[in-house]
Amino acid sequence: MKTFYWLLKREYWEHRGGFLWAPVIAGGIYLLLTLVALVSSLGNHGPIMMIGGRDLAWAIDHADPENLQKAAAVIDGIMMVAAVQVLVVTGFVMLFYFIGCLYNDRADRSILFWKSLPISNINTVLSKAVCGGLLVPAFSVLIGVTVGVLQLLIIATLLAFQHVNAWQLLLLAHPVHATASLFSSIPLNALWALPSIGWLMLCSSWSRTKPFLWAVLIPVVGGLMLTFSVLHPTGVNTIWMWKNIILRVLLSVFPGSGFFFEHGHMGNIGNDVDSNNPLAMISPLHTYPDLLSSPNLWVGVAAGAVMIALAIWFRRVRDDS
Amino acid sequence: MNAVVTAHGLTKRYKNALALDDVSFRIDSGRIVGLIGPNGAGKTTALKAILGLTDFKGELNVLGFDPRTHRDQLMEQVCFIADVAVLPRWIRVREAVDFVANVHPRFNRAKCEAFLARTKLTPNQRVKQMSKGMIVQLHLALVMAIDARLLVLDEPTLGLDILYRKQFYQSLLEDYFDENKTIIVTTHQVEEIEHILTDLMFIRDGKLVLDTDMDAVGERFAELMVSADQAEAARRLKPLDERQVFGKSIFLFDGADRATLESLGEVRRPTVSDLFVATMKGTYA
Repeated sequence: MKTFYWLLKREYWEHRGGFLWAPVIAGGIYLLLTLVALVSSLGNHGPIMMIGGRDLAWAIDHADPENLQKAAAVIDGIMMVAAVQVLVVTGFVMLFYFIGCLYNDRADRSILFWKSLPISNINTVLSKAVCGGLLVPAFSVLIGVTVGVLQLLIIATLLAFQHVNAWQLLLLAHPVHATASLFSSIPLNALWALPSIGWLMLCSSWSRTKPFLWAVLIPVVGGLMLTFSVLHPTGVNTIWMWKNIILRVLLSVFPGSGFFFEHGHMGNIGNDVDSNNPLAMISPLHTYPDLLSSPNLWVGVAAGAVMIALAIWFRRVRDDS
Repeated sequence: MNAVVTAHGLTKRYKNALALDDVSFRIDSGRIVGLIGPNGAGKTTALKAILGLTDFKGELNVLGFDPRTHRDQLMEQVCFIADVAVLPRWIRVREAVDFVANVHPRFNRAKCEAFLARTKLTPNQRVKQMSKGMIVQLHLALVMAIDARLLVLDEPTLGLDILYRKQFYQSLLEDYFDENKTIIVTTHQVEEIEHILTDLMFIRDGKLVLDTDMDAVGERFAELMVSADQAEAARRLKPLDERQVFGKSIFLFDGADRATLESLGEVRRPTVSDLFVATMKGTYA
């Protein structure tokens, strides 16, 4: 256990820039753009939020509980948009992390140092999978929700300059609830991401050069060949194949991608879920039963486990340093 | 004496070349073995096999383990320094020490820090900011603080200046080596290590062509310096090698009669590098 903890710490040391600074910088740029957009629109148009011809202050004072609830959903939605863009950046960070994680130390030969320590290949590979699949999203959720909250604070401060008291409105937001929901979805996202994690790590562990190229070319070129070749008329469902194999192994690392794979788009979720309430949509009470009952998830988990096992095997036998 | 490494019929074939050709040897505890051979002779392959970094055919036992299947247990008792700059470039001195201290059960942190205190390395320094010599100092500090039974060095001083090279071997001898430890070292700078070796292995084209201890080298091999008029007589004794220096001929003999040689001229113990050059003649031809 202690060794595993230090292996995770090692990954953090090496990839601090990607794990921490990439989402922080992305969030910072997002906030800056928000600020610029808001300031310029305030300068041009006066009060920015008009509801039914009245300004916001009036609306808040006269809102009934139902309207306040709707307002809360909108505010949570604004906060979630900020968090989601950080999560998308994290998806890219994870993609590149997994592609490099078992290759870079072979390329610079530092694998000879790591392998001179009493650490099994299994632990090494699993620590990288856990780090990318669980720790990186956890950092990202914290940073994403923080960015969301900061964004609300920026909006409220600007409104205060317009003599609109929006602080009361801010109290309607649920940052703790959002953080809890997003955190609880991390294990589910990791299960969903497993075929992608496995595929990328397998390419990273197996390829002698350019793992990124192999990881992308093999599924894409294979897919194109099947789509446009003689194999097609014999009954290969190419749309199904692109969606469930090719995009699945490449893009499942993006947090929340399981949601879109299963439903196609936001509006297409179950009847019992209030699609106007973002927190209801990301609630684990909804997402877990929804995805865990999908065979797509479990087939992916099995495929991912096999590919990670292969990655461990290649980690042992690849002898090119 | 107990064996640290025993190899039997060790064979390793790469796609187009035989790197190790049915090699058998035994290395005992408390020895410093020089594994010496030309480029591509199979030295590194042999070391990799011992360290569990490559597959091979044949039998190999290192400290009671098969390195292919028990590399992680084996590495608790074996340390390894490959040629310089295999430390990851992003790591800081502090991080490297922390990491090894926490994953290696036989690491002595105080000892490591004492070694580092004698260098110019600072805790926050990254490997990419270091010179080659400093990287080796860091690696050596990490390795010497591990109470390992076998230390494998593959060209450890490649590309270092003479100050670092001397310091490297001196540290090893003074602060690390004792009768419970064993060191296997490969290098091309034979002259620098020959005085510290206890055993000598020459490897050529995947085969061991010499496997002996240093005392036996002195008994078995002799270098004879004769003036020109005696050269013909010396040649008749079938020397391994002959060269000319300042009008005198120098011959290298394997197992020739001491008294006969002494009657011809001045007899000396050959240096390892002369022995090496003579043994490897024609390797690249």
